Amino acid sequence: MIGNGILKGLTETARNFFGSYVGKDRLTTVQYPEERVPQIEAARNFPFLVFDGSDPNAGLRCVACQICEKECPPKCIFITKSADKKPDAVGKQQFYPAVFDIDISVCMSCQICVEVCPFDAIKMDVEYDLPTDDRFAGLLFKKDRLAKSNEYYHEIHPTEASAVDAALAAERAATAAKAKAAAEAAQAKAAAAAAAPAPEPQPVGGEKR
Amino acid sequence: MTQMFDQIFVIAKHWLLGYVPAVAQPLASAILSVVPVLIAFPLLFAITTVLERKGLGRIQNRYGPNRTGPAGFFQPIADGIKSLTKEDIVPLSADHIVHFLAPVLIVVAAFMAYAVLPIGRNMVILNLNAGVLFFFAIGSVVELSVFMAGWSSRSKYSLLGAMRAIAQMISYEVPLVLATVVVIMQAGSLSTVTIVERQAGYTGIWPHWYLFTPWGIVGFVLFMIAATAESNRSPFDLPEGESEIIAGYYIEYSGFKFALFFLGEYLGMFATSGMAITLFLGGWSAPLSVFTFVPSWIWFFAKLLVLIGGFIWIRGTLPRLRMDQLMNFAWEFILPMSLLNMLIAGVWHFMAPGVVRWLVCSAIIATPCILLSAGLRKKKRLMVRTYEFAE
Repeated sequence: MIGNGILKGLTETARNFFGSYVGKDRLTTVQYPEERVPQIEAARNFPFLVFDGSDPNAGLRCVACQICEKECPPKCIFITKSADKKPDAVGKQQFYPAVFDIDISVCMSCQICVEVCPFDAIKMDVEYDLPTDDRFAGLLFKKDRLAKSNEYYHEIHPTEASAVDAALAAERAATAAKAKAAAEAAQAKAAAAAAAPAPEPQPVGGEKR
Repeated sequence: MTQMFDQIFVIAKHWLLGYVPAVAQPLASAILSVVPVLIAFPLLFAITTVLERKGLGRIQNRYGPNRTGPAGFFQPIADGIKSLTKEDIVPLSADHIVHFLAPVLIVVAAFMAYAVLPIGRNMVILNLNAGVLFFFAIGSVVELSVFMAGWSSRSKYSLLGAMRAIAQMISYEVPLVLATVVVIMQAGSLSTVTIVERQAGYTGIWPHWYLFTPWGIVGFVLFMIAATAESNRSPFDLPEGESEIIAGYYIEYSGFKFALFFLGEYLGMFATSGMAITLFLGGWSAPLSVFTFVPSWIWFFAKLLVLIGGFIWIRGTLPRLRMDQLMNFAWEFILPMSLLNMLIAGVWHFMAPGVVRWLVCSAIIATPCILLSAGLRKKKRLMVRTYEFAE
C-alpha cells in the first residue's frame, strides 16, 4: 500500500518531537553561554606565559631568548629583551622580556612556540571565550595578560604541568648542586691560595681534577 | 451569552457602523471586514514561523529558537526588523517594475483568497455564490506572480525555479480543483457559506462533516496533498531546492521583498488550509454537538492550527521529491484518484444510506488505490547502470 513509509516516518518524527520534551538526553544541544562542554585535557587555543610563585613579574619563566618569536610561522610574537637580569625558574641569572606581545588575531594555534621553548615558559591556554569590540588592541595580548600562574597551568593541563614541574625541579636541583660545587671549589681554591704563600700559576683544570 | 460571544465581531462591526454616516457605510463596512483579516492572518504567519521553527527543531531533537523574548517567541519581531533594515538589492539587468510588482502581487492574491473564507458564523467578507470558483481563480494569480518573479530577475536560477514552480503548481491545480468538485456535487453550491451550513448539522453528537464519508476522506487527503504542492511546501518544495537552484524564483530578492514572498507563501498555505476546513472539516462548526457553546471563529482557528501543525509535521518528516517523481505522482496517482473520487461521490449520492453504501464506496476507492500505488512502485525498480564506452 502506498504511504506505509510515510506513516513510519511520521511516527518517528512524532516520537522525536514528544521525546525531546520528556527525555533531556535526546537534546544534544549545549546552550553555549549558559552551559559549556567540559574541556578535554589536550585542548588548546592560544599561548600564554607561565610564572612561578605569586608575582607575575618576578616568577616569569621566560628568559626572552626569542626562539619562539623566530619560529612562529605567522610571526605573531613580539619580544623585547630586558637590559638587566633576574634569576629565572631554575635560579640562573637571565634576561627577561621587557615586552612580550602575542597578536591572537594572527596566531594560528600551531603550538610551535611551545615545542621550541627550552624553558617551559610558554604553554597553550584553553580559554576560547575572547570576544572584544576592539579588534586591534583587544586582540593584542600584552605580557600582563599573557602571564598566568603555574597553578592555572596545573588546572588546565594537569599531567603535562606535573611533568614540567618534575623536570624543572630536577634542573633546579642540578643547578643548585652545580652552584654548590662551584662554591666549594672556589672555597677550596681560596683556601689553597691562602695555604700556598708563593703563588705558582697552575692550570685550573688540573687543580679541579 | 454564547450567542453573543459567537457573534461578538459581527455585533462590534454593526455597532461601529452605527457611527458612520449612511453615505460612507458600504465603504466602512468593507474596511471593517477586511482590516481584521489583514491583521489576524499576518499575525498567524508570525506565530506560525516561530512555531514551525520550534517544532522542526524538536522533530530533529534540537531546541529551536529560544533566545529572543520568552521561549523565543519574539523571534518573528526580530526577523521582521532584520528584513526591514536589510538592503533591497535589485539586479541591474532586472525588469525593475515587474521585479517590484511580483512580491506585492503574491501577497495581494493571497489576501484576496480570504474574501470568501467563512471564518465564523456570519463572518465572511464576501458571500459570493461562486465562492469556491473565485478562490481557485485568485489562487492561480499566485502562479503569475511566481513567474513574474522568476522572469523579471533575469537570473537562470530564478527562471529555472519559476519554471519548476509553474509546472508543479499547474500540475497540482488540476487535482486540487477536482478534489473540490465532490464537495460541490454534494452540497449543490459553489458558495462557501452554503457548503459550511450543509455540514453544520449533527446526528446525535456526530457532525455532518464531509470528511466522514468515503469520498470526503479521500477528497480531503487528495486536497491536502495538492495544497502542499500548491503552496510549495516540503516535500514538494523543489521550486526552492537549496541544493540545486539555491532559492528558486526568489533568489534575486532581498530584504523585505523576500519577506513578502514568505508572507505570501504562508498566507496561501493558510488560505488553502482554510478552504480544506470549509470544504471537508465543517468550516466553523464544532466537532461534536456538545461543543457548540464555543464560539465558531475559535473552532475555525483551532482547525487551522491543527492543519498547520500537520504541514509542519510533514515538513519535518519527508524529504524533497524529485521532479519526475513529483510529476508522476500528480498525473498517475492523484489525478486518477480524484477523478475516481467524483465517481464515488455520485455512487454515494444515488445509493441508499447504510452500511452497504459505505462498503461499496470504500471498495471502489481501495482497489484502484492499491493498483495505482503498485503501478507507481513498479517504476521504482532500480537497475545497475551499464555503460557502453566508459567501463
